[in-house]
Amino acid sequence: MGVKRTPIKEVEIPRLVTPEEAVEEVTPEELEMLEKGGVLLTTLNKMVNWARKWSIWPCTFGLACCAIEMMATAASHYDMARFGAEVFRPSPRQADLLIVAGTLTKKMAPVLKRVYDQMPEPKWVIAMGACAIGGGIYRSYAVVQGVDKLIPVDYYVPGCPPRPEALLQAVLMLQKHIEEEPFNNKI
Amino acid sequence: MADWLEAVKERLGDSVLEDLEFRGEYTLVLDKSSLPEALEVLRREFGFDCLVDLCGVDMGVDQEPRFYVVYHLRNMVTRAQLRVKVGLRDGEGIPTACSVWPGANWMEREAYDMFGIEFEGHPDLTRLYLADDFPGHPLRKDYPTEGYDFEE
Amino acid sequence: MKTVAEHTERRTYTLNMGPQHPSTHGVLRVILELEGETIVDAKPVVGYLHRGTEKLAESKTYQQVSPLIDRLDYLACPAYNFAYCLAVEKLLGIEVPPRAKYIRVILAELARIASHLIWLGSHAMDIGAVTVFLYTFREREVTYELLEMAAGVRMHQSYFVVGGVRWDLPEGFIPRLREFLDILPSRIQEYENLLTKNKIWKLRTEGLGVLSKEDAIALGATGPMLRGSGVEWDIRKVYPYSGYDEFDFDIPTGKNGDVYDRYLVRMEEMRQSRRIILQALEKLPEGPIHAMEGKLYFPDPDWVRGEHKDIAALIHQFKLVVEGFHPPKGEVYQSIEAPKGELGFYIVSDGSPKPYRLRIRLPSLMNLQTLPLLSRGHKVADLVAIIGTLDIVLGDVDK
Repeated sequence: MGVKRTPIKEVEIPRLVTPEEAVEEVTPEELEMLEKGGVLLTTLNKMVNWARKWSIWPCTFGLACCAIEMMATAASHYDMARFGAEVFRPSPRQADLLIVAGTLTKKMAPVLKRVYDQMPEPKWVIAMGACAIGGGIYRSYAVVQGVDKLIPVDYYVPGCPPRPEALLQAVLMLQKHIEEEPFNNKI
Repeated sequence: MADWLEAVKERLGDSVLEDLEFRGEYTLVLDKSSLPEALEVLRREFGFDCLVDLCGVDMGVDQEPRFYVVYHLRNMVTRAQLRVKVGLRDGEGIPTACSVWPGANWMEREAYDMFGIEFEGHPDLTRLYLADDFPGHPLRKDYPTEGYDFEE
Repeated sequence: MKTVAEHTERRTYTLNMGPQHPSTHGVLRVILELEGETIVDAKPVVGYLHRGTEKLAESKTYQQVSPLIDRLDYLACPAYNFAYCLAVEKLLGIEVPPRAKYIRVILAELARIASHLIWLGSHAMDIGAVTVFLYTFREREVTYELLEMAAGVRMHQSYFVVGGVRWDLPEGFIPRLREFLDILPSRIQEYENLLTKNKIWKLRTEGLGVLSKEDAIALGATGPMLRGSGVEWDIRKVYPYSGYDEFDFDIPTGKNGDVYDRYLVRMEEMRQSRRIILQALEKLPEGPIHAMEGKLYFPDPDWVRGEHKDIAALIHQFKLVVEGFHPPKGEVYQSIEAPKGELGFYIVSDGSPKPYRLRIRLPSLMNLQTLPLLSRGHKVADLVAIIGTLDIVLGDVDK
């Protein structure tokens, strides 16, 4: 007994809107959002998005060299944990973000598809490194020329391997993307 | 020419088809019919107890012999190194070296995977690197680098 | 009337581990045959990272192959380039100038330290000591900083080229390197304080994964796997290359060939690498950093486009970009002591600017062959420690 219920307050989460737009009419995005969810759900939408973006848990899918830069991003110097990506969950069922770091070979492709399918919604994919984006320097018989041939990718991080700062930028851009996501898109 | 090499050539006799030296390394080309006894002799009598590497080389579609199986041997006591090459035609098999050096197991599997060279007597001759149903043998010279169903 | 035991049938249980697994150091798949918790057989399935390096190398010139070689063992990038450049230089029959030799030794030993650091971090993390992972990455960031200073990139430098190194060491490199080497012994001592006499660590690693001398040599295991079993064999001492015979260092060996011994061997190797780097810094001579400047690697841009334009340099640059250099016909095998074991390159050349056959003798592949032998009879929970001690990296296993 005695669960303290605090009333949901109107939280002002800053939006990426320029001052000129703010004084104008309703923007097309807000219009679309209103059409989809109605006024009732906008605050809940913002709350849910806020919670989602600050607790993105990646799934370990380091394949090759980019995995080492991913580990370096998670280590103390670049520290991805301060952006909410606290734990790298080995089980895809407990993860929301799949960072495909490294070369995808044809032998490994069914495994990637299986892992991606096992992840529950909402889920996002970052293709890290030249090999994941488009095969990299490996135009050969055994390499899939890009992860997006199998699964939909949200963000591409170029580099061979990309610096940890680049991966962090991708995570931050993903956070902004999640923040603006309308409710019905990914339940 | 090193003394031990003379002794090796004398012991192996007729099976030595060719004997080369380049940049301080010695190579012997052996006749396929002398295997695996020749390898046994090299291990037991001359002390080449370390098989450093075993690989295949494709000399070209219309070359005779088409493939060479190359063994890099090392004697850890005298520190001598020797390269042994055995020529094969396309489709021909070669006795396995697993009974002489157990470390040859995966290397022969890789040679089979990449070239299609069959090793007779190998305990488990399956593909090592590629999926079991992969068509063709990639390192052959008539196999394109990009493979057959390359999607851009 | 049959008893329960007669009705039941006893079989082993097949468990699949990987290829996506937190502790397989990449995409390694191990098919385990278990009887209860005891491992009857552990069969590794490799090839999930096979990218076709050898086939690709046949369609690229000798210079263009370097980036492919970098990406084999991505934890110790300079070392693999080192072996490749030495092999091609052996084929060409050229000598590298002394300054380039010493720079190569310095960077290769730095790569060895970096590789052992990440081995320690991931091995300890898999066994449960997660702190060590974060500590070793702190040191590894410094090695990244140093390599970035020298070559411009954190990983995959391709800094060593055929004939020497690409460009000279920058101004702040040697002071920063000395700073790093000054703090390194205390950091290694920190890891040792955490692990070496730790009862839990010893219980989890002693007596595990024992590899006897004869098995190690017969199966082709090299590097710390071989030295942990008591065989004093290091390519740097046996077949010295690039000036290693001028340095004074010890080869640590183990007694029992178990996981704990290999851990001690690698820790000591880090200290010996530091010793080698300090000696190389003392002896570092001045001079050119590239043999046959302009004929094997691109000439100084100043000579091509800058103030001291020279038509010969322009022609060399053009020829190198469009065609590449022509080595003599023949075949060579050159091996070095890479951090993981013996790395060898077997190059068959037919006189053209592209290698006819490039064969890479990979240390991790041979070391991985010992996995069934090492893990038989142990429990499933120990398998992770055994995979850790093999120090495999899947780019190195799968080419």
